Order: sequence, then structure tokens, then C-alpha cells
Amino acid sequence: MKILTVLEHQNGRLHRMSWETLAAAQQIGTEVDAALIGNGIGALAQEIASKKVARVYAVEHALLEHYTADGYTAAVEALVRKTNPALVLFPHTYQTRDYAPKLATRFDRSLISDAIAARADVHIGGSPVFVRQFFQGKLNGDIRLEGPGPHFVSLQAGAWRADALESGSAVIETFTPELNASQIRQAPEAPFRESARAVDLTAAEIIVSVGRGIGDKDKIPVVEELARALGAELAASRPICDAGWLPMERQVGSSGQTVSPKMYVAVGISGAIQHLVGMKGSKTIVAINKDANAPIFEVADYGIVGDLFEVVPALAEEIRKAKA
Amino acid sequence: MKILVAIKQVPVRDSPLVTGASGRWIEEAGLSFEINEPDAYALEEALQLKEKHGGEVVALCAGPARAQQAIREALAKGADRAIHIEAEDLGAFDTLGIARLLAEAARPENPDLILTGLQSDDLGYGQTGVVLAELMGLPHSTIIMQVDVVNKEGGGASIRVKRELEDGWFQHIAMPLPAVLTIQSGINKLRYATLMGIKRAKTKEIRRVSAPAGEAQSSSMRIEKLYAPEKSRQAQIFEGDPKTAAAKLVEKLKFEARVL
Repeated sequence: MKILTVLEHQNGRLHRMSWETLAAAQQIGTEVDAALIGNGIGALAQEIASKKVARVYAVEHALLEHYTADGYTAAVEALVRKTNPALVLFPHTYQTRDYAPKLATRFDRSLISDAIAARADVHIGGSPVFVRQFFQGKLNGDIRLEGPGPHFVSLQAGAWRADALESGSAVIETFTPELNASQIRQAPEAPFRESARAVDLTAAEIIVSVGRGIGDKDKIPVVEELARALGAELAASRPICDAGWLPMERQVGSSGQTVSPKMYVAVGISGAIQHLVGMKGSKTIVAINKDANAPIFEVADYGIVGDLFEVVPALAEEIRKAKA
Repeated sequence: MKILVAIKQVPVRDSPLVTGASGRWIEEAGLSFEINEPDAYALEEALQLKEKHGGEVVALCAGPARAQQAIREALAKGADRAIHIEAEDLGAFDTLGIARLLAEAARPENPDLILTGLQSDDLGYGQTGVVLAELMGLPHSTIIMQVDVVNKEGGGASIRVKRELEDGWFQHIAMPLPAVLTIQSGINKLRYATLMGIKRAKTKEIRRVSAPAGEAQSSSMRIEKLYAPEKSRQAQIFEGDPKTAAAKLVEKLKFEARVL
């Protein structure tokens, strides 16, 4: 199967998920091409060419200097029409989410977004089957691609391992799509950060993180007490920060900080994928949740199923005893 | 400004879910449903934009008869009218199929702005708004945290939006109207429907259109099987009363994981 991987870069560096996408393509495909979109990206194309791929397409144009959905869609569309791959793979980044569905629509296809695995029959010439999560990670689904290619699939962060990537030596081909400024309707400004982060969760050894299960802002002290007992930093899942119950800078997950402490205690967090990608690298994961089927228990090492308002104070008490 | 908001009805968060008889979808009997949370934020943003700039908010929803409840809620919160695309089995449509239904209903409305949530809590494909924009030939942007209308009238009508990027970064993007935006949860504070709103909703117009059976289905992908995920780590679960369970957990943390 011929695969085109569309890789991503920012601030002059390849996005780390690009390597995962390339590794996945090496495992799934028989012939793998890589594409990078931008302007003046020769050095990055060289970097990709040191991996085992057939060709690296440096898709360059002055109008691709900054990402726009319209510009990238037109550029990748032109490359796909020229190279005719059976499968186009992307890292499931915010950028991919912004334009890959539009691109797939141009080919009368639906993008399979955020895939976590490929089934074995992907190898035997049959129509490929990818696995993705549904219902916030509570159920998995097998999705079969039907009809002729190209098909479009984006891959979840961490689902394929970049260290499995094979080295090689590839040809670099520059591809200049026909673009004109009137096609591009979005005018992007320079990216910015709201403020310097006062809280660096990535430095914390122990994190106690709170989710929707807490139910009420006034109940936050219940988990604060556990954090104090453990000498931990307090963190939260997105909905808690959205509601203003804790500041945004304490958010763990795809739109917040990515942490890997010695211990991560998830309290009342169901474990939607947006949260899991931010903490699943933690060495020891403890989950406290009333729902025994919550996805958080799939990544946890230890768990207590129960009412957090009973379990958390009891746990804080036992920890204080153990440390005394 | 005429603002269209595409909303979806999904099972209430934390519903117990099991695979239904087909093996391809959940068993819906006995479940309660609600407006998909990101769509609720999109609706709120539309209502706030209308309060600021005037105009009309039209809710657009594809779904079976039960979706009436979500539509009534949108009307009670302040949408002026609604379009219900009646489709008994949404599972028969993929993203492209659903977006085609929405596009067909949206086109004759000639909206200035279309808003929807960035993803649904059930399928979670996160694509409907983007595909809808492409089908309607409109510019779009996704994961939006702020919408400013720069110029609301005529040929120069445009917006400037704040888009969320990864790792705490943001970016402003300007684009002409009409346009499609997918809204991030937390962009605003959701309102509750008032008693007066609920009463008024009963007299508001719901235009019903029926989805073409079968023909709008796209054939590029199919859910073959839906199942409980295999666990990647085997969690040790501690049971008993909270004190006993906590004591067992602390012992493991101290002597097995050695993190205390």
C-alpha cells in the first residue's frame, strides 16, 4: 500500500508527532512518501530524508510561509492528485484538525480522525481497518475504509512509537503548488501566549488532579487537603479550568500542560483522551472515580471506585498516618 | 447578523454505555440525552453575538424525534427559530453525510455566520464544522476562544477570532463573512433557560425537513464494531469501605510503587 505522510513543523522544528506518523506508515505501508509544507523548509526535509522513506516532498510556496487552512488544503490536494497514494496519514494535531477534514471532503471522503491502532488486515491487501475511540474513550470502534483511495487518517499522539522509526536515505523533491493569494481567505497573526506560566506542573514530583466529579467550586478544598498531605501540586482537567474553579495554568491535557510526575492522582476525572494525553506518561497513576467503567482506570495502576467525598478525606488521613 | 448554530443531541455525560444488538452502535434504550456540550457553548456565543450586534439566531439540528428536546432547549435559551433535519438513524451517515444534510438545510438561509462545537461527545470526529464550510464554499477556523465582529455589514463584513493552538499558545485570525467557526468549550459562561424562555419556546417556529434515506450516505468508511476497550494497564482496584480501601492503597503506594 502506498502511503503519503503529511508531517508538521513549527518554529523551525519538526513536530514530535511527525516521527510517530512516519513510524506508523513504515509499519502499515509498502511504499512511504513524506511531505512537509511551508516556505524555506529544505533543512527540515533533509532531516526527514534520513529516515526510511521513498521520497520527501518539500511542498514550498511563499503563500505557505504561515499556516492557513485554505493554503494547506490547496497545497496538499495538489500533491495528493499528483502522487495518488492509497492512504494519507497525518499526526492528529490542532493543525490537522483545522484542515484535513476539508481536504478529505475535496476527495469525497471522510477523514478518520484520531486513530489509535491499525488492525492486522490492513496488511493483507484488504480494505484497511483503523481503531478509534468513541464516547470520550468509553468505547472503541473498528472503522473500515471502503471504496478506492485516497483515504485520509489522522493518528493520535503516542499511539505509535517514534523510536520504532527506521533510518534510510531518501530523495528530496521540491513540489511547488499553484496558489494565488485570493484563494486564501484566512489572515493569521503571530501566535502568542497569554502570560508567562506561574505554575510549572512539569516540575512537580506528585500531582493531585481534579475533574468534573468534584461537582462544585466550594468542594475544591477536599482535594486541596489531599494535595497538602502528599506535598503535591494541584492540577485539574479542562472543565474545571473552563468553569473558573481553578486557574487555566493548572490545566493538564492537550490544551494545557503535559506532565509525567512520579505519581499522578486523578480525582473525579473520567479520563477523556484530551486529558489522558497530558498525563499518561506518569510513572504511577492513581484514580478515584465513582464509575468503575471510567476510561481513567484503563491507564491507572491503582484505583478506588467510590464517592470521592468519602474516599479522598480517608486517603488524606491514611497518608498523614503513613508519613508520621 | 444571521447566525446559524449547528447542535447535536448526545447521551448525557456519564451514561452507562453498552453496545447494541447490531454490534455497531450503542444500545440507546433507557438513555437520557442532552445538547452536546461544545455545541451549547456555540449556541451561547451566537446568543451573545446577537445581543451585541442584533440579528437572528437559528438552531440547526439533525437527529431523530428525541432531538426535539435539544431544539426546545435551544429555543428556550434564546434561539429565534430552529430547523430540524429529521433523520431516524444518524449512524447511517458518516461525517460527510451529516455535513451534507446540514449544508443543504443551511444554504437557503444565507447565514452571515455558522457556529458549532469543536467536536461531539459521542462520535468525537471533530470535523462537522470544517466539512460544512467546505461544502458551502465558506472560510472557516477551528477551536475558537473569542469572536470579534470587525464589520458586520455588506461586502467588507469580517471577523477576527482567537484560535487555540497547542501547549497554551493562541493566534488571532481575520477572515471575511460569511464564515464557519468551531467553538471551544469554556469560551463563555453558559446561561440557563428562564421560565419565560421556556414558555416562549413553545410558540417559536421549528421547520422540519426530512433527510433523504440512504442516498446521502457516503461510502468511504463504516463503523464495523463497537466494543469496550482492552485495558492497557491492569489497575489494582481496592474495595471495601473508604477507610479500608484508602489504607490498602497507601500500603501499595508505600511498599510497591514506593512513591510515599
